[in-house]
Amino acid sequence: MVKQFLMNLLLAFIWVALTGSLYFSNFYLGFLLGFFILWLMNRNEDDQRYFNRVPKIIGFILYFLYELVKANLQVAYDVITPRFFMQPGIVRYPMAARSDFEINMLSTVISLTPGTLIMDISEDRTVLYIHVMYLRDKDQFIRQIKNGFERRLLEIIR
Amino acid sequence: MTDLIIAILSTIGVIAILIAAIGILRMPDFYLRLSVTVKAATLGSGLLLFSLAIFFPQVSVTTKAVAIGFFLLLTAPVAAHMIGRTAYLIGTTLWKGTVRDDLKGMYDKDSHRLSSSNKDVQAKQAAAGEGPDQAG
Repeated sequence: MVKQFLMNLLLAFIWVALTGSLYFSNFYLGFLLGFFILWLMNRNEDDQRYFNRVPKIIGFILYFLYELVKANLQVAYDVITPRFFMQPGIVRYPMAARSDFEINMLSTVISLTPGTLIMDISEDRTVLYIHVMYLRDKDQFIRQIKNGFERRLLEIIR
Repeated sequence: MTDLIIAILSTIGVIAILIAAIGILRMPDFYLRLSVTVKAATLGSGLLLFSLAIFFPQVSVTTKAVAIGFFLLLTAPVAAHMIGRTAYLIGTTLWKGTVRDDLKGMYDKDSHRLSSSNKDVQAKQAAAGEGPDQAG
């Protein structure tokens, strides 16, 4: 896993050195080409985790950006128009994330989405308290986070 | 083409920051203000940094912009969490339109430890000789 990632980075830097232009776009192109070469070389190996994980990470970033833009538009509309449509509330969210890193990533992602804010994490690290701006239905909100951010994040980390 | 991308990105970024500023004035309570400000400001400065990275062809500018954006994304939620937690602990009131407050009564008043469910709180209060809190 780490070995393949380092190999991929090395291939990307070789591509950058050979083409001679150190731009980020060129680096990404080199990274993609390196990924393709590594995938070709390792396609009969047992350990396919790295090749499953990279597309999932890209998918997660795109999903996060989509959620970010959607929630930002909702909040911006509420700020600009004179009437308030929000129904704020603090929700108790039992999380499946266990290790420090998982909890950190999950709370960062939830905090960065507009309309949701982490208030605190319980002492035994099983429950997040989330301040939500648009709380239509508590169970639906919990399901949305569970199937959206948490499932995707844990698929990548574990 | 590049000019157009830069113009669009930086305009969206500035508008996001403007909305965050209006949100500070307009939102009815502290938590909503915090909620509006942190995210929109992070998004806005992130977009400005991104258009900066496109505008300057130097590698050093791009790496700096990426690093600044990364640390902004990493630190802004932590700051928001700490400010929100402190505000709740010292008893900042929620807006009157708040529909639900699961955090109420969950903090231990002396040690500020946060329990994960109602049962813990009630057990502790029963052990301390108090009845369950009716208001909670």
